[in-house]
Amino acid sequence: MELFRIKKDIPFMSYGRLTTSISLITFILAIFFLLHRGLNYGVDFTGGTVMEVHYPAAANIEQIRQVMDGVGLKDVTVQNFGSSQDVLIRLPVKKELSIAQLSEKISSALKAADAGAEIRRVESVGSQVGEELYENGALALLLVCAGIMGYLALRFEWRFAVAAIIANMHDVIIILGFFAFFQWEFNLTVLAAILAVLGYSVNESVVVFDRVRENFKKMRKASAVQVIDNAITRTMSRTIITHMMTQTMVCSMLFFGGETLHNFSLALTIGILFGIYSSVLVACPIAMWLGVSRANLIGDTEKKPKEDEAAVAP
Amino acid sequence: MNRYPIWKFVLIGTVFIIGLLYTIPNFFGESPAVQISPAKTSLKVDESLLQRVEDTLKLANIPFDGLFMDASGVKVRFANTDTQLLAKDKLVGNLGKDYTVALNLVPQTPNWLQSIGAKPMYLGLDLRGGVHFLLQVDMKAALDKAAESTVGDFRMSLRKEKINYYGIERQGQVVVIKFESEAEATKARNLLAKDFSDLTYKIAGSDKDFSVTASMSAVAQKRIQEFALKQNLQTLHNRINELGVAEPIVQQQGVDRIVVQLPGVQDTAKAKEILGRTATLEIRMVDEEKSDMATLQKAQAGQVPFGDELFSDREGRPVLVKKSVVLTGDRITDAGPGVNGQNGSSVVNVTLDGRGAGIFKNVTRENVGKRMAILLIEKGSTEVVTAPVINEEIGGGRVQISGMANAQEATDISLLLRAGALAAPMEIIEERTVGPSMGEENIKRGVHSTLWGFAAIAVMMIVYYMVFGGVSVMALGVNLLLLVAILSMLQATLTLPGLAAIALALGMAIDANVLINERIREELRNGNTPQASIHAGYDRAFDTILDSNVTTLIAGLALFMFGTGPIKGFAVVHVLGIMTSMFSAVLVSRALVNLLYGYRRKIEHLPIG
Repeated sequence: MELFRIKKDIPFMSYGRLTTSISLITFILAIFFLLHRGLNYGVDFTGGTVMEVHYPAAANIEQIRQVMDGVGLKDVTVQNFGSSQDVLIRLPVKKELSIAQLSEKISSALKAADAGAEIRRVESVGSQVGEELYENGALALLLVCAGIMGYLALRFEWRFAVAAIIANMHDVIIILGFFAFFQWEFNLTVLAAILAVLGYSVNESVVVFDRVRENFKKMRKASAVQVIDNAITRTMSRTIITHMMTQTMVCSMLFFGGETLHNFSLALTIGILFGIYSSVLVACPIAMWLGVSRANLIGDTEKKPKEDEAAVAP
Repeated sequence: MNRYPIWKFVLIGTVFIIGLLYTIPNFFGESPAVQISPAKTSLKVDESLLQRVEDTLKLANIPFDGLFMDASGVKVRFANTDTQLLAKDKLVGNLGKDYTVALNLVPQTPNWLQSIGAKPMYLGLDLRGGVHFLLQVDMKAALDKAAESTVGDFRMSLRKEKINYYGIERQGQVVVIKFESEAEATKARNLLAKDFSDLTYKIAGSDKDFSVTASMSAVAQKRIQEFALKQNLQTLHNRINELGVAEPIVQQQGVDRIVVQLPGVQDTAKAKEILGRTATLEIRMVDEEKSDMATLQKAQAGQVPFGDELFSDREGRPVLVKKSVVLTGDRITDAGPGVNGQNGSSVVNVTLDGRGAGIFKNVTRENVGKRMAILLIEKGSTEVVTAPVINEEIGGGRVQISGMANAQEATDISLLLRAGALAAPMEIIEERTVGPSMGEENIKRGVHSTLWGFAAIAVMMIVYYMVFGGVSVMALGVNLLLLVAILSMLQATLTLPGLAAIALALGMAIDANVLINERIREELRNGNTPQASIHAGYDRAFDTILDSNVTTLIAGLALFMFGTGPIKGFAVVHVLGIMTSMFSAVLVSRALVNLLYGYRRKIEHLPIG
């Protein structure tokens, strides 16, 4: 079976203006939502307590709220998740109560109200821990960007490095924009997913760039635009199939992974979908505008032997 | 051109077999066990302990499946949890408080696998259930306390040399001593600088008001903080031993934090109580000169005499106690509940160390007829447990504390004292509890995600790339096998995000095979022979695979460096997954293709869809 048998090169670069504009708009929208609504940070970052409680029968949310009110805990969110028997209770950091006291207080109140209540998971994080995680997260993001740019600049050329990192940061911002728009909870695992996506979707740019470099060597008479168009067209099948495979795995996590992996898989999904788009339709035009040419690419590579000549370029 | 030398097949085969061996232990499951380990460092795990455990169980007619010894202690395997619990009770009764008897799960790995060091993966708390605490040590309090004890030391030194001063107090972490003449002040400074060299001294003042300020140097502060952390770590170790948890983790994190992980603990309230108890014991003198009714009443109204502190005893009566501390709980080497021979009331018997015994002897000799207050300081509140009158000099370092309400309280307080004092108070700043059923469910979730995802990818690959898809799937299978094997070998902690990373690693690793397969197709389309296409496909794709893996690796390493807890688990698996995928996608799949096609003379058509 072969889904993508494309005879002629698709003139992607002539859509460059359009595709980058679309990106720009999504990007601006994402920033707008990020600023306007902000991220719904999980307890990992803000501090606070999350409890997962399982009831033998359908849980009475209203009654749980009353129990919480009864012990003097305000601004508690109680909601179902997964099934009617599972309840998620969240509450912010309380100044007057230590973490240990807080979770003890809640669990004893819940058990008193309904002996069948089973506390399955408790996560309590103090505010100081949250701040550190925040800093570390930002640092990790910076480090990844710098590392990837450095590597690409070394392996290819600075123009590619810049193009790839712009394209991928744009993915990251868009994922964050989604999380801000839908107010999905942003926690540590989501951060991990974003960093993983960053590394993964740079792959995409790398594959295309690799092909661009190869094409510059083989298609001696072609213009930069033709070279890039050909590179994208030739790698398109691989791009789509690979992403389909990865997405299949991510969907499996989305369906079977439960609450903990839900937002993780969501972030990955958005990252993968936008990753295809941006690494091809954003990174390449940017690289082109920055002026990649045969001269600045071939000059700094040590390749390559005879076999390249043996294979006939399409 | 598509033939591998023999050594490559041998290498791949060897790696595969090793991978298989180290993966197998994960399928045997675990059986309930009891783990016996010494509670004191002076006790050793040896044959005699093994014999004792065996005899105890045989005597009680408790059947067991296996009995063995390792570095951490003696482990006994049972068929079910009922006998496990029964055995635990019997062993606790027989071995006493010198040994920790904890419930545990022991992998059912066959002996021949154990002998090559093959173990199942080490599961994190979110997969096996348990509690995780992050404790913050209050370093300011540690420094305050150090300064406070300096005050006492200074007082003693100055008194010994008969240097006159009219006031000494702690201001923050600085000790200020007041003198009437500069000569006295200088004399005092010279003496103190000699005796306590890690402090810096300054003389200030004029006329009849001179003062010496002593402050801790940065080095001394650092040393005190390090010591406080170490002492707290040790204390937590001791307390957790009393809890009876198998494989607890107590580790330093950063400069002022301690991580405590208690796998399998279900009674989190109890655990928290034991850990969170910051109780320390202090022995101070009651200020007898100011214990008349009028002064006490004034003190209760807020006018506490200088140099004293007001506390209440168990009946709620006010007691004025001197600020200077005679002894702290650090000097206690042992404590146990007991009964007073005369009136049959519950007491705590305390044994002091050498220096403590010396101080105690001096103080009791000098203060016969006066009252000595025993203070229990717990979470900011101080209580006078008892304030007995000193009848005679007490030597030998054996002290009996009366005033216990009942035997239970005597036991609790002795446990607290025996487990040692904390050098500085600690606060729980992070708590994560995962119930055992949740842990099992998390495993199920992670495994299902991986397996179903794998199955779907397998079907799609085979449909799309036919035989070459099949080869890719096999390579992916080897990837999974190797990843699990390496994780088992390294005994890296596997968390739910780690399981997700396994799934994700597979989803990303297939990229390499897609790249290769697409490349082969393209070469075929360009009119190359099947053999040449296979060769060129693998060759050309390799550079791209390497580049893309390096970028993913960078992301993984950053995650590892900055991640904590579950994220670190994710990062480890992510990075390892990239490494194994390089091996499997390139070498293993090529070997398979070479085996299939490399030795044929003529291939009409490559089944690559």
